[in-house]
Amino acid sequence: MSATLTTQTPAPGGLAPSAWTDGLARLVFRILLVAAYAIIFAPMVTVAIVSVFDQEIVSVPPPGLTLKWYTNAWLQRDFARGFVTSLQIALLASAIGVPVGTAAALAIARGRFPGREVLNTFLLAPLAVPAIVAGSALYLYFVAAENLFDQDIKGTLGGLVLANVLLTIPWTVRLVGASLAGLDRSAEEAASNLGAPPATVFRRITLPMMRPGIVAASLFSFVASFENLELNLLLVGPGRTTLPVAMLSYLEFRMDPTLAAVATVQIAAIGAMMLITDRFVKLSRVV
Amino acid sequence: MGTLKLDGLNKRYGASTAVERVDLDVAEGEFVSLLGPSGCGKTTTLRMVAGFIEPSAGRVLIAGRDVTTAPPYARNTGMVFQSYALFPHMSVGQNVGFGLEMRKVGRAERDTRVREALRLVQLEHLAERLPRELSGGQQQRVALARALVINPAVFLLDEPLSNLDAKLRAEVRLEIRELQQRLGLTTLFVTHDQDEALAMSDRLVVLENGRVQQVGSAEDLYERPANAFVAGFVGRCNLLAGTLEGQGRFRLDKGALVPCAPDAIAGTLLALRPERVAITPAEGAGDLVGTVRSVTYLGAQTEYHVDLDGTGILAVRPTPPAHDPLRRLASGDRAALHWEPAAARLLADDPLDRSSP
Repeated sequence: MSATLTTQTPAPGGLAPSAWTDGLARLVFRILLVAAYAIIFAPMVTVAIVSVFDQEIVSVPPPGLTLKWYTNAWLQRDFARGFVTSLQIALLASAIGVPVGTAAALAIARGRFPGREVLNTFLLAPLAVPAIVAGSALYLYFVAAENLFDQDIKGTLGGLVLANVLLTIPWTVRLVGASLAGLDRSAEEAASNLGAPPATVFRRITLPMMRPGIVAASLFSFVASFENLELNLLLVGPGRTTLPVAMLSYLEFRMDPTLAAVATVQIAAIGAMMLITDRFVKLSRVV
Repeated sequence: MGTLKLDGLNKRYGASTAVERVDLDVAEGEFVSLLGPSGCGKTTTLRMVAGFIEPSAGRVLIAGRDVTTAPPYARNTGMVFQSYALFPHMSVGQNVGFGLEMRKVGRAERDTRVREALRLVQLEHLAERLPRELSGGQQQRVALARALVINPAVFLLDEPLSNLDAKLRAEVRLEIRELQQRLGLTTLFVTHDQDEALAMSDRLVVLENGRVQQVGSAEDLYERPANAFVAGFVGRCNLLAGTLEGQGRFRLDKGALVPCAPDAIAGTLLALRPERVAITPAEGAGDLVGTVRSVTYLGAQTEYHVDLDGTGILAVRPTPPAHDPLRRLASGDRAALHWEPAAARLLADDPLDRSSP
């Protein structure tokens, strides 16, 4: 099969590779592929395995398997509260960042105004700044603003959402921008030619065609905000801690597999979200 | 259906001119092609008619109404795009019905007209499909139906065949022409493919560098090209530089004296269609005897490149039967050329200097 295929389609160099070198190339490709996936998935799988080890200090082989760390995680109210806080922040930050980022991506892709490129770079910049630096800067900024307005900002839901919008906007600008770049403008022209005024063209043609990009942007914005540790580290307050920060705090005193259990649940939840999203929009097409 | 009139249409981009003073009258039910190489301004002209590009000067009149400043959605043109531009998230039926929906046509009438339009392009059975589930040819027909169903005043086609394979292209070209004649559609068709334009149009407009070079029927352009550009672009043509030496005699720059149309009074270029050049094997010297440089057998036709005192002349003849001595003509042989003087027309301009005004 492969031999006949290769004789029919000679390599670009004009040399038809023999079935043997072709087979070797395939083998190397497969090995690399497996290696790449192994490197990506190994940490996640390790976490999941460790979460059922029946011992506090992890060693291999484990004396037995248990689900008690999951129970323990459930009993740590900090995790549950952190989960709810993270969920709130991620949802609100996405709800604000995705529309704003989408509008910005549209302006950058479609608008004709000076500084378009600068705006694009500016909106993507938060992705380039280490989150811990951005977090520290925001901390100082919030303190100054608190003094100015005599109003709590650090440790409030509003302050955290504001900070996380810095994550959701760049992700949205990037993903929606990419989907806009691949969008066929002539479909919009066709709608206009058929009698649709600009607002109708946008609502009936442009927006539906942008949908995959927007869905992907929402998903990635949510995930980026939900799992963020560094940006929120200095901005959380007593009684209002995100899940990653709660996990870090726990880690300062205990080294048992409870964290692995929490992480496993988190990985499973985000993985499920991606699978569900993929059912509606093929993520591979937009990302 | 209505008429289309372009009046001194002009488009400048900064210092460069994309379209310059294009005047054109398209009668009701007429099929007019804009023909030219890429960058000649044909698509810019079409897009000014559709309203996607605002002219720098001049007017566009559709069915007698000045629409120069009207937005695209208020012009009642039906356009078929090169990429088809179907709405990917709508079914075939919804695509075709979109224009009617915009015209506030009721659902019942809309459904009827969508079905009629799809029947016209033989796609009735695919109304529920999404565009990406169709072949290129089918998508193309959906785009046609979508543009036709709104009864546009003018039908605009922007290289609609260029994404189809050769066989399908010939088929669809006949279909479009047949449809256009049956429905009496006033049509403006943009193409760079001269065969397409010659086969489909009532009249053609040859554009080059944003300027109209010639307007006429396929026969006008081929038999009586207005200048060297048209002669060279529409079909193949020998363009030989030289000077007129007297009635019906033209001295080529390289020396040979050749016959030309007796009514020619001026011109520095002799335009001669290769299929008008007869060729016979010859011995020794003589008027119009040259050396064969190459013989290319192409099945039905054979091409002969003959060197006549330093001037290359192409002759294309139906491939002679096996017993014909011409069949044995090979490169290096001597051959005599012959043509009707009337077939050799004189043109004024220099083919190397197309860019100057």
